[in-house]
Amino acid sequence: MNAKASSAGFGRQTSGPGLRLSRREFVAGAGALVVSFALLPRLAAAQAAQEVRAPVLPGSLKDTPLLDAWIRVDADGTITVFTGKVEFGQGIKTALVQLAAEELVVGPARIRLITADTSRTPNEGYTAGSNSMKDSGTAIMNAAAQVREILVGMAATRFNVPADSLVVEDCRVRAADGRNVAYAELVAGQSLHVTAQPRSRLRDPTSRTVFGKALRRLDIPGKVTGAVAYVQDLRLPNMAHARAVRPPSYGARLRSLDSSAAEKMPGVLKVVRDGSFLAVVAEGEYQAIGAMRLLGRGATWDETVTLSPKTDLYAELQSLPHDDYQIRGDASASAKAWSVESSYRRPYQMHAAIGPSCAVALYDGGKLTVWTHSQGVYPLKGAITELLRLPPDSVRCIHMEGSGCYGHNAADDAAADAALIAVAIPGRPVRVQWMREHEHLWEPFGSAMLTSAKATLDAQGTITDWQFDVWSGTHSSRPGQAGNLAAAWLLQSPFALPTPKPIPQPEGGGDRNAVPLYDIANTRIVHHFIPKMPLRVSALRSLGAYMNVFSIESFMDELALAAKLDPVTFRLRHLKDTRAQDVIRLAAERFGWNGFQQRESGKRLGRGFAFARYKNLGAYAAVAMEVDVDRERGRIDVVRVVAAVDSGDVVNPDGIRNQIEGGIVQSLSWSLYESVAFDDTRVTSRDWSSYPIMRFASVPQSIDVHIIERPGTPFLGTGEAAQGPAAAALANALASAVGVRIRELPLTSKRVKAAIGV
Amino acid sequence: MITLNVNGHTHEVDADPATPLLYVLRNDLKLNGAKFGCGLGQCGACTVMVDGEAVYSCLTPILLLQGRSIKTLEGLGTAERPGPLQQAFIDEQAAQCGYCIPGMIMRAQALLERNPSPSDEQIRTHMNAGLCRCGTHMRILRAVHRASKTMQGAIPGAKRA
Repeated sequence: MNAKASSAGFGRQTSGPGLRLSRREFVAGAGALVVSFALLPRLAAAQAAQEVRAPVLPGSLKDTPLLDAWIRVDADGTITVFTGKVEFGQGIKTALVQLAAEELVVGPARIRLITADTSRTPNEGYTAGSNSMKDSGTAIMNAAAQVREILVGMAATRFNVPADSLVVEDCRVRAADGRNVAYAELVAGQSLHVTAQPRSRLRDPTSRTVFGKALRRLDIPGKVTGAVAYVQDLRLPNMAHARAVRPPSYGARLRSLDSSAAEKMPGVLKVVRDGSFLAVVAEGEYQAIGAMRLLGRGATWDETVTLSPKTDLYAELQSLPHDDYQIRGDASASAKAWSVESSYRRPYQMHAAIGPSCAVALYDGGKLTVWTHSQGVYPLKGAITELLRLPPDSVRCIHMEGSGCYGHNAADDAAADAALIAVAIPGRPVRVQWMREHEHLWEPFGSAMLTSAKATLDAQGTITDWQFDVWSGTHSSRPGQAGNLAAAWLLQSPFALPTPKPIPQPEGGGDRNAVPLYDIANTRIVHHFIPKMPLRVSALRSLGAYMNVFSIESFMDELALAAKLDPVTFRLRHLKDTRAQDVIRLAAERFGWNGFQQRESGKRLGRGFAFARYKNLGAYAAVAMEVDVDRERGRIDVVRVVAAVDSGDVVNPDGIRNQIEGGIVQSLSWSLYESVAFDDTRVTSRDWSSYPIMRFASVPQSIDVHIIERPGTPFLGTGEAAQGPAAAALANALASAVGVRIRELPLTSKRVKAAIGV
Repeated sequence: MITLNVNGHTHEVDADPATPLLYVLRNDLKLNGAKFGCGLGQCGACTVMVDGEAVYSCLTPILLLQGRSIKTLEGLGTAERPGPLQQAFIDEQAAQCGYCIPGMIMRAQALLERNPSPSDEQIRTHMNAGLCRCGTHMRILRAVHRASKTMQGAIPGAKRA
C-alpha cells in the first residue's frame, strides 16, 4: 500500500478500505500504518500522514519502485535494462541505453535493453505525449545511479574501505590499492530487489562520457541491412497468414456471406466470422490476400448514411453536442471591442504510416501471446482480454517495432484482429497485416478542429485581453477497453465505443496548447469538447497542439501586423520566460531574420516565424521559415527552415535533431496537402493518390536545428514539439510573401490562388 | 517451379507464377528488406532492383522475372559489412522508423549505378517515387550524396554486382 492509497483510506473515516485490510496486507510494507491512521482521530491521522508520506520517486519509479524491475546485473556480467516505453523510430532505445551506461559507468554495448512486454517490463502506460524521457529516462537514470551506489557500497564492505575511496569503470569497482571486483561478482547471491530512494547520486554533468553524445542509433544498422526489425518481419515456425475483410463504411453490417469460393482456394485454412467481423487464414500471405478479395466479393453489406458533406464540416463541428470547459480565465469576462478577431480550421488528418499495421498472435494452451506495435502493451492486454472474454493474465502483449506511429493508429486494431483469428486456429501463430486501404479508411484520424481567437491591443501594441475557443473531438480513444478496438464493434456480441472524456489540463487534448505561453493580463479560454464525432478520431502526434499553436501563432502575427510591430519583437515583448526568449532569439539570429531580403529576382519570398512550448511543459521550439510562392500556380515552396529547441538536459543531440527535422517535414506535409475526404457514407481517402503527402520534390532545400543544452535540468519532451510551430511559420511566411492570410488548413495551391485572386 | 536469381543466387520457387515478387522474397526466401507498403506502386517501400532498374516488387509477378537479375537490400551488404549506401545511411543516421529506408536505398542504388555523380536535383527527382512519413527526407538526400562520393572515391569504377 503506498502513501497515496493510505491517505484515500483515512479520508473515508469509518468505513474506508483501510479498515478492511487483511492481516497479510498489514504486514506488507506500509499497510500497518494505514490501519493505525484509520483508527486515529481524523486530525492526528492527517498529521501522521504528513510524516509518513513517501517522498515522490523520480519519473516512472513512482509507479514501479523496485530497482530490479528496471536493471538487472546477472552473474555472467550481463546488464539488462527494462523499459515500459517502446521504440518507434524516435530513438528512445538508444537514449535509454545511454542513460543507463552513463550512470552504471559501462560501455553502451554492455547493455541489453528490453522494451515493453507485459511479462517482463514495468507498466509505463502509453509511449505518448513526448513523455518517454521524462518518465522512463528519469527512472532508468536514477535506478542506474542507485544500482551503482549499491554495488560500490558492497565493494566498500568487501574491501573494508570507505565507499568514497572507490572508483568505478567498465563494470568493475576498484580500490586505491589495486584490488578490484566485477559488478557480476558483487551481485552474485545478492539482490537489487530493493525500493528506489527519492534521491540519487547522479554523475556530474561535466564528466559525462555517453550521456549528451550523439551516439549512433542502435537500431539503424539492422534496419538498413534487412534484419528482423519490425513485427512485419516476425516469422514464427508454422506461421499462417490472415487478412480481414473490413466493412466498406462506419456502421456497416454484414448482411449475407457466400464464403464457398474463398474456402476452396489453395492454401486457405479457415474463414473466421463473428457477426460482421470477417477474416480468412491461409498458409501463404498472397493466398490470404487473394482469399480476402474473393471473400469480400461474397460479402453483402448494409451501409448507413452517417456522414455530412464536407463543405459543412466546420458548421457541423459547432452544431454537434459539446461539453464546454473553461480552462482559463473569468467566466464573466465581458464582450470587448476586440482589436482583431480570427477563426481557424483544421480538417481530419491521418497518421498514414508507410507500412500498414501488423500483428502476430499465438493461442496455445489457453494462453494468448500477441506481438504488436501498439504504443501501450499493458492497456492493450486489458482490452484484448475483455474482447475475447478470457481469464485475467491469460494474455501477454510483446512490443515489436512497426512502421511509423505518430499516435494512435491501427496498431491496436491489427493486434485485436490477430487475437480474434488466433483463437480460431489454436496452436498456430497467425500474422495479420492490414492492407493499404484498411489503414487509410479505418485508422482513427486526428480530429477536425475549429478555433476562434479574439484580442485587444492597447496604444503601445500590448495585448490586454485575449479570448480563445476551440471546438474539437476527442484526442484519445485508445484501448484500455475492448470497445476502443475496431473489431469489437463488428462482433456478434459487440462492444460499444466508450464515450471519451477530455484529457485534463495542463496536458490537455483538444485544448493542448490552447493556453498561450504569452503574458497577457486577461485571458479566457474555452474548450468545446465534442464527445461523439462523425469520423473515428484519436491521438495524432501533438493532439490539439498542432492546431492550437497554428491558430495562436498565426493570430500573433495578425496582432503584430495590427500593432505595426515586427513579429519576433512582438512575441518577445509578451514573454517573461527567459528560456522561451532564448529559443526565439536563437532561431531569429540563425535564420537572419533582421537582414531578410524579401525580393529576389523572379521570386516572391516570404519569411515566417512561430514559437511554442509543447504542452506548456515540454520542449521550447521556435521555427523560422522562408518560402517562395508561385502566384500563378499557387504553389508554396519552402526554401529553408531554421529551428531552435530547448529540451532541457540533452541525452542525444542527434536524436533531438532528427525528431525536430522530421516533425517539421511531417507538419509541412499536413499543412500543405492533407485532408481526409469522405462522402455521406464512406471515407474516400483510401490510398496515396487520394490522400497525397509530401514527396522529395517538395521538401525544403535545408532544415537547420539548433539546440540549447541545459545540463542537469529535467528532460523536456521533444518528439511533438515542432508540429505546431512549423505549421504556423508556414502560414506566416505565406502571408509575408503574398500579403494574404489563409486560416484554413491545409494551405493548398487552390486556396492560395483563391486568396490572392488568380 | 520458377527459377529466380536473387542477389547472385539461384532459387527454385514453388509459388503461383502470378505471385508478386515481394511475397516470394519475404516469405519463401525469408528476406526482410523489401516491405509491403501499399501494394499499388505508390509508395516505394517494396522497391528492389531488376537488371539494374528500380522496380516495385509488390506489382511485379515472378512469372516475368525468370532469367533476370534481382537485387535486394540484402545483396548490398550486411550489418557487419554494409555496402556504401547502407554505410552512408548509417553515417547520416538517415532513418526514423526506417520502414521506407530499404526501398529508398534500392532506389538510390539504381541511380548511382547508372549515374555515379548525380546533382541534388537529379537525386530529388529520382527519389520522388519513394514516400517517407517520418520526414527523414533531408537525411536521405544527404546519405545519397555521401554514398555518391564514397562510391566514386573508395570503389573506382563502382562495383556492379
